[in-house]
Amino acid sequence: MGHHLLSLRGLTKAYPGVVANDDVSFDVAEGEIHALLGENGAGKSTLVKAIYGLVTPDAGEMEFAGRRFAPAEPSDARRAGVAMVFQHFSLFNALSVAENVALGMETPPRTRDLARRIRDVSEEYGLPLDPYRTVGTLSAGERQRVEIVRCLLQEPRLLIMDEPTSVLTPQEVEILFATLRQLREEGRSILYISHKLDEIRALCDTATILRLGRRVATCTPAERSSRELAEMMVGASFATPEPRGAAPGEIALEVAGLSLPAPGAFGTPLREVGFDLRKGEVLGIGGVAGNGQDELLAALSGERPAPRGTIWLSGRDISRLGPMARRDSGLLSGPEERLGHAAAPEMSLTENAVLTAARRERLVRGGFIDWDAAERFARRIVDRFDVRTPGTDTAARALSGGNLQKYVIGREILQRPEVLVVNQPTWGVDAAAAAAIRQALLDLAAKGTAILVISQDLDELMQISDRFAALNEGRLSPARPVAELTLERIGLMMGGAHDMEVAHAEA
Amino acid sequence: MDFGSINPVLLVASVMVSATPILLAAIGETVVERSGVLNLGVEGMMITGAVVGFAVAVNTGDPASGFAAAALASAVLSLTFGVLTQIFLSNQVATGLGLTLVGLGLSSLIGKPYEGMKSPTLPKLDLGPLSDLPVVGRMLFSHDIMVYLALGIVALVWMFLKFTRAGLILRAAGENHDAAHALGYHVVRVRLMAIFFGGACAGLGGAYLSLVRVPQWTEGMTAGAGWIALAIVVFASWRPWRVLVGAYLFGGVTVLQLNLQAAGADVPVALLSASPYLVTILVLVIISARGAHAAPGSLGRPFHASQ
Repeated sequence: MGHHLLSLRGLTKAYPGVVANDDVSFDVAEGEIHALLGENGAGKSTLVKAIYGLVTPDAGEMEFAGRRFAPAEPSDARRAGVAMVFQHFSLFNALSVAENVALGMETPPRTRDLARRIRDVSEEYGLPLDPYRTVGTLSAGERQRVEIVRCLLQEPRLLIMDEPTSVLTPQEVEILFATLRQLREEGRSILYISHKLDEIRALCDTATILRLGRRVATCTPAERSSRELAEMMVGASFATPEPRGAAPGEIALEVAGLSLPAPGAFGTPLREVGFDLRKGEVLGIGGVAGNGQDELLAALSGERPAPRGTIWLSGRDISRLGPMARRDSGLLSGPEERLGHAAAPEMSLTENAVLTAARRERLVRGGFIDWDAAERFARRIVDRFDVRTPGTDTAARALSGGNLQKYVIGREILQRPEVLVVNQPTWGVDAAAAAAIRQALLDLAAKGTAILVISQDLDELMQISDRFAALNEGRLSPARPVAELTLERIGLMMGGAHDMEVAHAEA
Repeated sequence: MDFGSINPVLLVASVMVSATPILLAAIGETVVERSGVLNLGVEGMMITGAVVGFAVAVNTGDPASGFAAAALASAVLSLTFGVLTQIFLSNQVATGLGLTLVGLGLSSLIGKPYEGMKSPTLPKLDLGPLSDLPVVGRMLFSHDIMVYLALGIVALVWMFLKFTRAGLILRAAGENHDAAHALGYHVVRVRLMAIFFGGACAGLGGAYLSLVRVPQWTEGMTAGAGWIALAIVVFASWRPWRVLVGAYLFGGVTVLQLNLQAAGADVPVALLSASPYLVTILVLVIISARGAHAAPGSLGRPFHASQ
């Protein structure tokens, strides 16, 4: 490793009410993969946006390749040799791959030449792409390739990657890592943002850890254990969920031959989905985003009625029942999107409690809302799940993601469901809150509730599920006990690396 | 009933004239909506263009200055919408409706002294041998310059959106404004320019009504043409050539049903009057039923460059 390519000195950026970066300094050497590690809200994104020219820091200096560096706009940063792959893809669904790439370049060549260069670069780095495909039709892994190829065409000296693996299958992660190592061999530097510790230990040469906007440590991740890194990140030790060995009981929820057409242009149809879920059992459903997770939740919660005879709750056909009737009979659900789906953003926590718990908790009497009872119920959720909020009359929107997530999951758990279906229960939630939510789900299962967890976080599913199944293009693989699974087999169940190999083995 | 009284040559010629105002307004709104902004004020901008164009043409005696003033006035009016929605983040639907109301009120105020007056109109363009062609010459090549300018604008908009980098950036802003911003494009600036262009086009369309099509000033003379233009943009799935088809179709059926009424066709008049709307919507729905051509992803959503 040679000189410093990028140096940050005392970088500070404050927003009203919160200091996103507080006096952060670190160096990225040439030809190294440097991890930026921290929880949600630790200030990682603000920091890289400053490097990419999207945010102007309040104080502090940057130096890039030995020169003072203060990009006012992303185009300044791009000209200096900085490229960035965004966490939420900065792609345009209705445009073609080539058009998307052209938008990320300063002076794009003509479409035909650009298409050829896209083919060349994508093959050189093992990331095959068709330049004329419409991006909206690509899988998540392929979309990321578009982003990466867009960056590589600019011959960057520093590549910033913001949580690149959150949407990839394990095989796709391997391909990505091989590409990144190849880039490092070429002398390029990579600033890699993640909170997945195992990845960082496997890939990165150096790690800088941020907590609440401050740099707490810089270390060599391979020399630290995941637990050490996690504790530096969180600033305290936290409890990992305890496994349990309860024997599952009788079948609570049975789904057979559930097929539903796609709800919209970019939706996924469900194809012959079938599984059993027993009392006291946690069934984990994995898969890359956009393979039918939202559609499955909607079919189970009753938002979209299913064909007759496909969903059975304790031996009763509930396929045609709506959400209210399913709630009444004990099937509760928590969708992925917190704001706007699980909770109404502008309404208070108490009002949001009434929205799903009105009947099971008897919060409505003779058509009138019993506000005292609703308040008490909301207060119970806040106390039991340690939701940090000024009060129960606070609007849902005002809570941080993790706190609101604890609230909406807690709201369902406290209604003592027979069957609970949750989608992405810990998405965007910090490690401590995620551990608390997982423990609450396990406790609920221990009391005999059947739980279906849909998630894209494989570690989470391995930690809390008894059995695992994967969704791939709307099809559900047979469920297997988690104890028998290897990471490779899980990857194959999830569909392997999309378009990268013919072998779909057994699934 | 006497269908013989309908002259097909004159029919086609008058279709081109009657479609031009809507075509101009619709192609402008297409650009606005492709940039991600829903401007419901087309009607108000058109009628402002109609009255300003008429007043300037009457006072200067020059219809060309009338058209130029109309385009400028409507574009400036549309910029108030742009500033309110893009900079002060007001609601696009409410602001657009407000723009229509302002335009209608403003135009009747400005237009009061001009009621009943006649304006100088545009001369027919002499295209030499083309105009002298039998039948086709009368149908297609003996119109005023605005008819051809409108067609030219459609072609230019199509080329701009499809082949130029600026057009790509405009589509990107309309498709996903957060991503466009993240890549360093100036979403608000792009949209303000699109709104300005849309306003100018609507103004030209309005002026064409008051200076060529009618040609005089009457209060509320656009009579919903702006709303039709908005509908055509949507049913044409935001594509320039389909906008052309929609506008000409609407113009065509309008002229045809007027001719049928005059010829005493045995169909209720109400049905005939409604037919342009029904036929246009039906045909464009059938065209766009094939393939999924969704609206621009960020259409109508407020954009704020936070963080």
